[in-house]
Amino acid sequence: MITLQKVHKAFGDNHVLQGVDLVIPKGESMVIIGGSGTGKSVMLKSVLGLVTPDAGKIIVDGDDVTTVERDAFLARFGMLFQGGALFDSLTVWQNVAFRLLRGSLKKPTEEARAIAIEKLRRVGLKSNVADRFPAELSGGMQKRVGLARAIAAEPEIIFFDEPTTGLDPIMAGVINDLIREIVVEMGATAMTITHDMSSVRAIADDVAMLHDGVIQWTGDVGDMDACGDPYVEQFINGRAEGPIEAVR
Amino acid sequence: MIIVRLIAALGGAVLSMLASVGRVTLFAAQTISHLLRPPFYFKEFGQALLSIGYFSLPVVGLTAIFTGAALALQIYEGGSRFNAESVVPSIVAIGMVRELGPVLGGLMVAARVASSIAAEIGTMKVTEQIDALVTLSTNPMKYLTVPRVLAATLAVPVLVAVGDAIGIMGGYLVGVNRLGLNSAAYLANTVDFLEVWDVASGLIKGAVFGFIVALMGCYFGMNSGRGAQGVGRATKAAVVAASVMTLASNYLLTELFFSA
Repeated sequence: MITLQKVHKAFGDNHVLQGVDLVIPKGESMVIIGGSGTGKSVMLKSVLGLVTPDAGKIIVDGDDVTTVERDAFLARFGMLFQGGALFDSLTVWQNVAFRLLRGSLKKPTEEARAIAIEKLRRVGLKSNVADRFPAELSGGMQKRVGLARAIAAEPEIIFFDEPTTGLDPIMAGVINDLIREIVVEMGATAMTITHDMSSVRAIADDVAMLHDGVIQWTGDVGDMDACGDPYVEQFINGRAEGPIEAVR
Repeated sequence: MIIVRLIAALGGAVLSMLASVGRVTLFAAQTISHLLRPPFYFKEFGQALLSIGYFSLPVVGLTAIFTGAALALQIYEGGSRFNAESVVPSIVAIGMVRELGPVLGGLMVAARVASSIAAEIGTMKVTEQIDALVTLSTNPMKYLTVPRVLAATLAVPVLVAVGDAIGIMGGYLVGVNRLGLNSAAYLANTVDFLEVWDVASGLIKGAVFGFIVALMGCYFGMNSGRGAQGVGRATKAAVVAASVMTLASNYLLTELFFSA
């Protein structure tokens, strides 16, 4: 279970998070929605320790993230970055098996390569992709490789940062379905941030709406359409009029 | 009022500069501390050694041969004013190994390597590859900075040694073929006047310059701003800082090694 308690974060005068409270139960898929620049990525990166909150607590399975042993803590996570964040200088299989080639999870090279190819197959990529470089792949393929890397070490918790950004609707649908399948199959706790409502409906068990630095509404994805929250209604219907200013 | 504003602006600039010096010093201290603690990434070190050392050989060699050749011409011309043409071999050799070999080698490596490191790491930062490293339980300082800094510290002295030899050869070629100096006498003068410390001091300078160049590339890459403009600024700043610090440290080392 991931718990955020009164988390604050500011960059200069820009108070991005102003007391975020959120609970993500173990094994659930939580999707965070909200407009651009509302702090969704900052919130996600705060859990991983990539950004240090100014105030508040973040607790993962009873452990405060500021006091845990970093390597063991991070070994429990997988993350799919918005742009893939694949390492240009490494081949596809070396990207996927990155964690398995070094550190505490290190395995023999052949075994790591076999696992990488199996994970690539799991995300719908053929083995002949393994020896290519990321720059030789399309955006959709890079996203799948990023997904394969996120699940390569079979993490307990997986984060997805804008998983369908920049993809055509068909490829976005494929990625959404893959994410849902993988999360259910692995029994992982998942946290996804997105603006894409088709992703929300495909991936989420629960939804949280972040706006003005706080969680405005959270609940089951099935209750989202009829929740009555003006922020959520404006966002999911894509209306310019409402409590969320169109010009921010 | 204007004077107060001027003093405030000056003070602000000085404080900003001191803060930058502090950040670079801390970065250097962290790098050295990580150099001594596992894990060590030998493959990344090997790749950095190849990229910084082996692939810099042509540019360092070309710089050295033309510098040695020009130096021979200049010394011959200057020496002939008081009938001291015979000093050409010894001054070319001492000038190359003590000063021009390390400094020009350092500057060429600064241009080639600091820019490349800053652009590569800056792009990695902008595209979230550095964040990805952290989430994959890999310390970016250990994985990116330490192999490059160590490789440059070890490779630049070797480049300097090669550059010294090529530079002396450039002087020899011009001295013998263009200025008509005796080949055997040129070689004998070169060897007789060179001392071990002349060569060693140049190699030590090379190691210091290598450390500075790679450190600046990594520091500015890691602190790159957003977008193409941010990476461009980081690259420019890395080359400027590496070049200026190379020249400044060259003066300090020369004072330290050779002041009476």
